[in-house]
Amino acid sequence: MLLAHLGPLAASIFSLIAIASLLLSFVMLGSRTLRHYLYAFGAQSWLIAILSASVGYYANFPELYLIAILTFLFRGLLLPYLLLRIVRRLAVPRESTEILRPSSSLVIGALSVVFALAVAHSISAELNLAGTIAALALTVMLSMKLIGFLILAARQEAVSQILGLLILENGIFLGSQILVPGMPLLLEVVILFDLLIVVACFGVLVRYLMAHAGTTSSRELRQLVG
Amino acid sequence: MLALSLIAVLAPAAAILLIGVTRNPRLAEFLNLSAAAIAFLATLPLPVLTAAGPRIFWGSALIVDPLGAWIELCTSIVYLLSSIYAIGYMRMLGEDERLPRFYALFAAFGLSMLVAPMMNNPGLYWIAIELTTLVSTFLVAFERASEAIEAGWKYIIIVSGGLSLALLGTVLTYWNGSFVLGARYDMTWASLARVAPHIDPMLALLSFLLVLIGFGTKVGLAPMHTWLPDAHSEGPAPVSAMLSGALLNTAMGGILRYLTVADAAGVGAVAHGVLIALGVFSLFVAALFIVRQEGVKRLMAYSSVEHMGVIALGFGFGGPFGIAGALYHMLNHSLNKSLMFFGAGNAMRSYGTKEIADIRSVGLRFPVMGALWLAGAVAITGAPPFGLFQAEFSTLRGGLATGHVLPVLIMAVLLIVIFIGFLNHFRVMYYGPANAKPAEPRVLSAWCVVPMWCALIPVLVLGFWWPDALWNYFGAIAHGLEAAR
Repeated sequence: MLLAHLGPLAASIFSLIAIASLLLSFVMLGSRTLRHYLYAFGAQSWLIAILSASVGYYANFPELYLIAILTFLFRGLLLPYLLLRIVRRLAVPRESTEILRPSSSLVIGALSVVFALAVAHSISAELNLAGTIAALALTVMLSMKLIGFLILAARQEAVSQILGLLILENGIFLGSQILVPGMPLLLEVVILFDLLIVVACFGVLVRYLMAHAGTTSSRELRQLVG
Repeated sequence: MLALSLIAVLAPAAAILLIGVTRNPRLAEFLNLSAAAIAFLATLPLPVLTAAGPRIFWGSALIVDPLGAWIELCTSIVYLLSSIYAIGYMRMLGEDERLPRFYALFAAFGLSMLVAPMMNNPGLYWIAIELTTLVSTFLVAFERASEAIEAGWKYIIIVSGGLSLALLGTVLTYWNGSFVLGARYDMTWASLARVAPHIDPMLALLSFLLVLIGFGTKVGLAPMHTWLPDAHSEGPAPVSAMLSGALLNTAMGGILRYLTVADAAGVGAVAHGVLIALGVFSLFVAALFIVRQEGVKRLMAYSSVEHMGVIALGFGFGGPFGIAGALYHMLNHSLNKSLMFFGAGNAMRSYGTKEIADIRSVGLRFPVMGALWLAGAVAITGAPPFGLFQAEFSTLRGGLATGHVLPVLIMAVLLIVIFIGFLNHFRVMYYGPANAKPAEPRVLSAWCVVPMWCALIPVLVLGFWWPDALWNYFGAIAHGLEAAR
C-alpha cells in the first residue's frame, strides 16, 4: 500500500476529490431532471480524471496520466454526449414515475453512506489503515455502489437506470485509482472501452423500447412475471 | 494445444467477418455452422491434452487448464447443436433479411464464451463475461416483440449491475494481493492462489462474496436469477439453449477459480457454506416455480436454475465425488437442456403458443420429435438411466462423504418435488384432454429434429457408462481446485 505514506497535501487533495464525487452522486439522487443527472455525472467523471492525474503525479505512476486523458475523453465527454442524445430522443425531461421521492432517497442514501463507513472502518482497522486515505476511498467506493443500486431500484426511467449503472462503475473506478493505482494499464483501458460499448448497447435498446414497447419506463414493463 | 484453442476462437471470429462481408442468409447459416463444427473439433481433444496440467501461453495472458478445457468442450458442443438447430428454427420465423445479423451475433456469442475460460487474468475474464452479456442481449431481443425487448432490458440491467459487484470483488482482490506483492504485480489465477495464504482473510472473504454474488447473477443462482426466466423464454430457442447450456457454465468457471483463492486464503469453510446455501435456495425457488409454471420455455428456464443449484451444491460440497458429479452434471446438463429447448422451440412454433395449456397431444402429432422430447424430460429430472441421474447421484454421495447431511436431504426432497412437478406438465402436454382448436400440423424439418437425436444419444450413453478416463480427468480437476483446502 504505497499511498499510506503520502504527504498531507496529496492526501487532502485526494480526500477532497473523493468527497466531492460522493456529493455529486447525492446531487443525482436528489434531482428529478434527467439533464441534471447528466451534468452531475459528467462533473463526477472529470473529478475522477483529475484524481487519476494527481495520483499519477504524487505517487509516481506515469501511466495514470494516460488513464486520466482517456477518462476525461470517454467518461467526461463522450458518454454524457451519448446519453444526452438518448435524453433528447426520448422527450422525457423528468423522472416522473420514481418509487421513492428525491427527499426520501436522500435520507436512504445518507444511511447507506453510514453503512459503507462502518464496513470500510472495520476493514481498514483490520488492515491497520484506519484514518488513512485508503479508508476514505473504500467508504466512497462502497457508498457510491449502494447509491447506484438505490437509483437502479428507485428510478424507473431507462436513462436513470443507465446512470445508476454508470455510478456503480464510477465508484469502482474512483476507488481503484486510490487503492490500486498499479493495476495493469491494459485492464483499465479495456474497462473504459467496455463502458463505451455498454452505453452504445443501451442506446440501441432504448430505441427498441420506444419503438416496440412504446415506453421507456420500467414501470410499464410488466408482461413477464412468474 | 495453443493452436487448437486459437482455432476454436478464430473460427467464429472468421465467420463473423465473412457474414458481415457477404450478407447472404443461406451463406450465413453455413458459415456459422462450419465455425461451430471447427470449434467443436478443436476443443474435443483439449481435455486429453490438458490432463497433464495447466499450460500458460503468451506471457501470462492465456491459460489452458483441465477446468477451462472442460467448460470449453461443453460450450462448443452446445454451440454446434444450436447452430444446427438454428438453421431449421430461424427459417420458421421467416425473417430472412435479418438472418445475417442473427448469425453474426450468434457466432460472436459463441466466440465470447469460448474466450472467457482461456483468460488467465481475472480482470480480462470479467470483461469476457461482460461481453457475453452485451452480445446475448441483442440475441434475446431479436424477435422484437415487446416481451422480447422487455426481457433484453431486464437482462442487461440486472446482469450488468450484478457484474459490477464482481468487478468490485476483483479490484479488492487485487488490492489485497498488493499488500504482499507490491503495488504493481501480474494478476493471474495462479499468482492469486499463491499469494492467498498471506493476504488478509476478512478482505478475502468480502471479495469472494462480492464475486460470488456478481458471477452468481450470471450463473442464475437464486435470488439473483430473476433475469433468467425472462431472457430464456423470450429469446429464440437456439439462443435459449446457448444461454442455458453454455453461458451458465462459463460464469460458474469464474466462481470456481475464485473459490480456489478463497480456500487458499483460509476462508474456504464460509465460502463453501455460502455456495451450498445459494445452491439449496436455487433448488427451492426452482421447485416452487416449476410446479406452478404456465409457460413452456419458462419451465425449462426454471429447470436451469435448478440445475445450476445442483452444480453449485456439488462444488460447494467439494471432495472427489462432489466435484466429479458437478463436472459430469455440466456436460449432461448442456446436452440435455439443449434438447429440451429445441423441443420447446418446435412445440412453440408448431402450436403457435408459449402456454403449456395450449399444447396438447404432442406424442400423437409428432411421434419422433415428441418421443425425443419426452425422453429428454425424463432425463432432465434426473431419472435413470440417463446421465444426469449419475451426476446427481454422485453429487449426493459427495455431500454425504463430506458430512453435509442436511443439505443433501433437502436437495433430495426438492429434486423429487421437481421430478413430479416437471413431468406433470409433460403429462398434460402429451396425454391431457385434447383442446378445441387443433392447429394445422406443421412439418418439422430435419434441421429441427436431428440435433435432438445428437443430444439425447450421448445423454443416454453417459447414463450407462461413466468412462474411467473421465473419472481420472475429474480427479485431476478436483486436485487442482482443492489443492489448498
